[in-house]
Amino acid sequence: MSDIRTERSQTVLRIDDLGVSFSTDAGAVRAVDGVSLSVRRGEVLAIVGESGSGKTVTAKTILGLLPETAVSEGAVILTSRDGASENNVIALSRQRLRQVRGTDVSMVFQEPSTALNPVYTVGWQIMEGIRAHGKVSRADAKKKAVEILGRVGIPDPEVRVNYYPHQFSGGQKQRVVIAMALVLEPGLIVADEPTTALDVTVQAEILDLLRRCRDEFGTAIVLITHNMGVVADLADRVAVMYQGKVVEEADAQTLFTSPQDPYTQKLLAAVPYVGQGVVRAAARAEARGPEWAAQTPVVIADNLRIQYPGRLGRPGFVAVDGVSFSIRPGEVLGLVGESGSGKTTIGRAIAGLTRVTDGSLSVLGHEMNGFKERRFKHLRSDIGFVFQDPASSFNPLLTIADCVAEPLVVHGRAANPRAARARVDELLEAVQLPRAFGDRFPHELSGGQRQRASLARALALEPALLIADEPTSALDVSVQARVLELFAELQREFGFAALFISHDLAVVDILADRIAVLYHGRLVEEGTGAQVLGSPRDPYTQRLLASLPVPDPAAQAKRRDELRRLRAAG
Amino acid sequence: MTTVATTPAAPAAGRAPTTTAPKKKGSGGGIIRYIVIRFLLIFPTIFILVSMVFWLMRTTGDPITAALGGRLSADQLAERVAAAGYDRPILVQYVEYLGQIFTGNFGTTISTNRPVSEVLLTYGAATAELAFYALLVAFIVGIPLGMVAAYWRDKSPDASLRIFAILCYATPVFFSGLLFKLIFAVWLKVLPVAGRASTSSELQMQLLPGKTGLYTIDAIQTGNPAVLVDVLTHAVLPALALGLLTAGVFLRLVRTNVIGTLGTDYVDAARSRGVSEFRLVQKHAYRPALIPIITVIGLQIALLLGGAVLTETTFEWKGLGFMLSEFLQARDFVAVQGIVALLAVIVALSNFIVDIIAALIDPRVRY
Amino acid sequence: MTRIDSPPRQPSRLARLPIIHQLHQSVGLQRGMLVAGLVITTLFVLTAILAPLVAPYGYSQLRGPDGVFGAQQPPGGAHLFGTTVGGYDVLSRVLWGAQTALFVIVVAVLLSIFAGVFLGLVSGYFGGWLDRVLVVVCDAVYAFPSLLLAIVMSIVISGGKSDLVGGVMAAAISITVVFIPQYFRVIRAETVRIKSEAYVESARVLGSGNIRIMVRHVLRNATRTLPLIFTLNSSEAILTLAGLGFLGFGIEPTAASEWGYDLNKAISDVSSGIWWTSLFPGLAIVLVVMGITLVGESLNDLADPRLRGRRAVGANAGLVAETSVVPGGTLAAGPGGLDGLESAPIHPSDGEAIS
Repeated sequence: MSDIRTERSQTVLRIDDLGVSFSTDAGAVRAVDGVSLSVRRGEVLAIVGESGSGKTVTAKTILGLLPETAVSEGAVILTSRDGASENNVIALSRQRLRQVRGTDVSMVFQEPSTALNPVYTVGWQIMEGIRAHGKVSRADAKKKAVEILGRVGIPDPEVRVNYYPHQFSGGQKQRVVIAMALVLEPGLIVADEPTTALDVTVQAEILDLLRRCRDEFGTAIVLITHNMGVVADLADRVAVMYQGKVVEEADAQTLFTSPQDPYTQKLLAAVPYVGQGVVRAAARAEARGPEWAAQTPVVIADNLRIQYPGRLGRPGFVAVDGVSFSIRPGEVLGLVGESGSGKTTIGRAIAGLTRVTDGSLSVLGHEMNGFKERRFKHLRSDIGFVFQDPASSFNPLLTIADCVAEPLVVHGRAANPRAARARVDELLEAVQLPRAFGDRFPHELSGGQRQRASLARALALEPALLIADEPTSALDVSVQARVLELFAELQREFGFAALFISHDLAVVDILADRIAVLYHGRLVEEGTGAQVLGSPRDPYTQRLLASLPVPDPAAQAKRRDELRRLRAAG
Repeated sequence: MTTVATTPAAPAAGRAPTTTAPKKKGSGGGIIRYIVIRFLLIFPTIFILVSMVFWLMRTTGDPITAALGGRLSADQLAERVAAAGYDRPILVQYVEYLGQIFTGNFGTTISTNRPVSEVLLTYGAATAELAFYALLVAFIVGIPLGMVAAYWRDKSPDASLRIFAILCYATPVFFSGLLFKLIFAVWLKVLPVAGRASTSSELQMQLLPGKTGLYTIDAIQTGNPAVLVDVLTHAVLPALALGLLTAGVFLRLVRTNVIGTLGTDYVDAARSRGVSEFRLVQKHAYRPALIPIITVIGLQIALLLGGAVLTETTFEWKGLGFMLSEFLQARDFVAVQGIVALLAVIVALSNFIVDIIAALIDPRVRY
Repeated sequence: MTRIDSPPRQPSRLARLPIIHQLHQSVGLQRGMLVAGLVITTLFVLTAILAPLVAPYGYSQLRGPDGVFGAQQPPGGAHLFGTTVGGYDVLSRVLWGAQTALFVIVVAVLLSIFAGVFLGLVSGYFGGWLDRVLVVVCDAVYAFPSLLLAIVMSIVISGGKSDLVGGVMAAAISITVVFIPQYFRVIRAETVRIKSEAYVESARVLGSGNIRIMVRHVLRNATRTLPLIFTLNSSEAILTLAGLGFLGFGIEPTAASEWGYDLNKAISDVSSGIWWTSLFPGLAIVLVVMGITLVGESLNDLADPRLRGRRAVGANAGLVAETSVVPGGTLAAGPGGLDGLESAPIHPSDGEAIS
């Protein structure tokens, strides 16, 4: 008898045969199909999957946060904090559901800047959560809010409790969101992609904090993520979801060392890791003759400075500050940096989309400082550009064939899109899209397909230089692997020089001959992949590299120690 | 003014670095700077409107010919035109007019031969009083009902409230005014037909030493409750007619914005902390929605003033709007021009105030 | 490889037309509102076109075969809605009034669309000082009471007098001037937004000329919201026209029939309890404005994914959503799909906005 009771109280959450359907414009969609899971006290269960796998829907069901268009069945049994009672979230009344939220289970959201109400102080928002569950005086609630802010690592919590969300940085906002989730010490926290919106270095800190939640508060965590590195870093047990079903469930060590389901295997194989491209880059360097180094670079930046104008006489924002680099013909330069580092600005300046403020930037022999569109126009046929967001990079009213034909028509290689169709078909085949896709509209293609079409458009005129601005960051990891592979193939075939911009060191490593690291608008390190990733000299590069979680729990534990050492040193 | 109004939020959403250290507290210069810049923007607005009205009105010829064209002989007309200076080059007249406006001189009416500024002072109070009551009705009716509609979204209360809002908006004030008159004044005989007060009350208020022209205040000053009741009952129908028009717009505005903010992550986040659904609408969705609402409410002042002209004409409420239509009938375009110019100043000023209020409510601007 | 040949198909061409597309998309209350609005609007347009056939008398007719109508006759007999203080038949004037209203709407909205769209596109696309000046001017005009501006304009155009067609044209042009800033603002805002979309930047990188970008990429995408503003402005045009008429700037009864004018003449009737002269023209305004507003509001709701209602589903319904491990990636990006559930941003351009 007592055995059963302890067994029961050890389980915080039990999901039995959960099914969720949504009504959408395209008809009913079943997002979650027969999912059964359980989470024990103080355990981190990671639910991994790509977009559309149903992982977020599962997470929202645990708190009863599904929109009204959803219908759910099965059971989500939640044990209360004291272990005394159990509730089936799906069947709870609105009033009971409200009581359960925050006390028994709480949530950490993906985007900390939208999860906090901008017009109330963070203290007010924390206190509101406390006072929604029982009579607590204002002073006591405030004391509790200050205490919890301190515990999640917000400096000067007594002062900061009165700050508004916009006065915190992105990482601190996420700490505040976690503080809100923790304040009533619930038995379970559901963290929905808690680090996806954050930079890699900040991500490492937030993962540390979540680990402390488990260790110090004894909280169980359901971690929803698409990032295998994050899973390896934090999870005790992993459930892999695909098409609304759990395809594999195992403890973290087992899953990473011997994945059973073919989908899991494919997923793990698709994750890029640092060190992948070193051999290839070395082989490419080998193949180049000695005269290659003497060729004129296609892009030369010399002490480049770009400043965005400020509003009404305020000083502008310096995005790029004294950066020098060059790209030789046929060479891929990987540009890495976190948000705000100026990497996108450099790419835009090379394409003539952003003005150079100072210094020199020479593109295909043309000086971009003092840019005039009329004089640059004839060079545009030699430059291709792939944008980050596949959703907006095509005019929604034109077919894919029309879009891909655009450069041919603009530069007089074809009279109209129809005349260019033969060439368009060739290009579509080159990027491994069926010819028939030319007649489709952009919204009929998936993100990965659109990025391929985007590559086809950029390569239509066989440019000497291709700028790719985070071309894979909006894609799922398995799609990303395919697009990167395609990119490498095309680069071999067409031999263009490329500037490959990304926030992800591992992605850049796969493709780049040389890697340049940007930090706050300055170039902190540049060299071959082997140099920059093998033995980074700059402390920022070291930190960036150590922050990048690897999909291997054992190796990741070692890296964590390394990062801790680096942080202590720097 | 929306382009101006959106500027406060821009620094938060603009192309600023996101990884930098927490923004310092005490960059309070921002709000003062914003107020100053926003204040300076009033002047081009007034300048543009006043200039536009001047040039438009004067392309039709001089105001004296327009007003007295048929009634005087050609010689007499030319004499009066010359006396008023309307035969000089139009550019000279324009510069002079701008100078006069700047010193508060809006010209002299042709039909009644009074300074326009005096007309404005005499009748402005009545319009202000009407606008105040109408806004009161609009706020009391529009905002809570908008929140109710958002809370019951797509359910029957929402459906009936939306129909109500469209009905409010679709009914011209003069038609609803006429209907109200017909029902409450003519058939039920519970409220007066027209005017601001009965003759006896007006006489009592005329005798006051410190009369303000705002009848509600004047009525209180007489100390006679019968006068106050009389004044208030006169205000009910005009305020309802004009207020309901604006209330329909407010209702729709509040509903749309609150529904918009109800779909945000921070409302979901508050819900996940166990905050009640009612409180979600009343606190989390309403406050952030208020900022765009207030900005648009500023634009409704224009609608309100336009409606005031029609309402005053319907109810013979002797305010600026009533006078405007009188002057229009008399073809006294100097007076019309003066009233329109003054309304331009009022619109510019009230939009300025509304934008400042919206900025003050938004903590992203305050800090 | 299995999914490549089964894309989400475009609906038929008919179903993609504006209005019809929305009709398909709408559900429940929203569909009810849209249908009611469409019915009223169609009735209004039909009445306007067929006024000469359906109206028992002419709009300026004072006498029939049985002699003079007489003033302020109560409803009944030969005059279903009675007669006005001027001795006109109320029913006939109400029906003929639809014609005037429709004419003014069409002229006003067409003129302001062309002027507003052109200015907004150029101003938003090129920016610079011209843009700044236009924005300040249009903001100033926009903030100003539209009725007053229309009064000033009608003084300018017709000197405040109203003759035959001139009176109608004057009213239409006055309303045009009031609406240009509205179209300007909407199109300019859309242009500025679209200008920073990746597909326009991509055209710039390719070296497309400004004219080509404006026509091929910006214009067509920026004007997708026009049906919406069109309907909302039409209702405002009627209200402004009626307001002008009410203040005596409308059209003389001998030139055309205008509801606002009739209401003005009915003010004194009301005090003496004569209700039919004001009630019917007033109801006509309310009905037409309501019909058009219902259409406009429904379009607005349907264009905004946050405001759009969706059908409810039964449990267990629907196919399992595709994910992206299939070659070529996920196909969930079609209209609807799982957008918004997996915290992906909703792109109204994905076939969800008015097209």
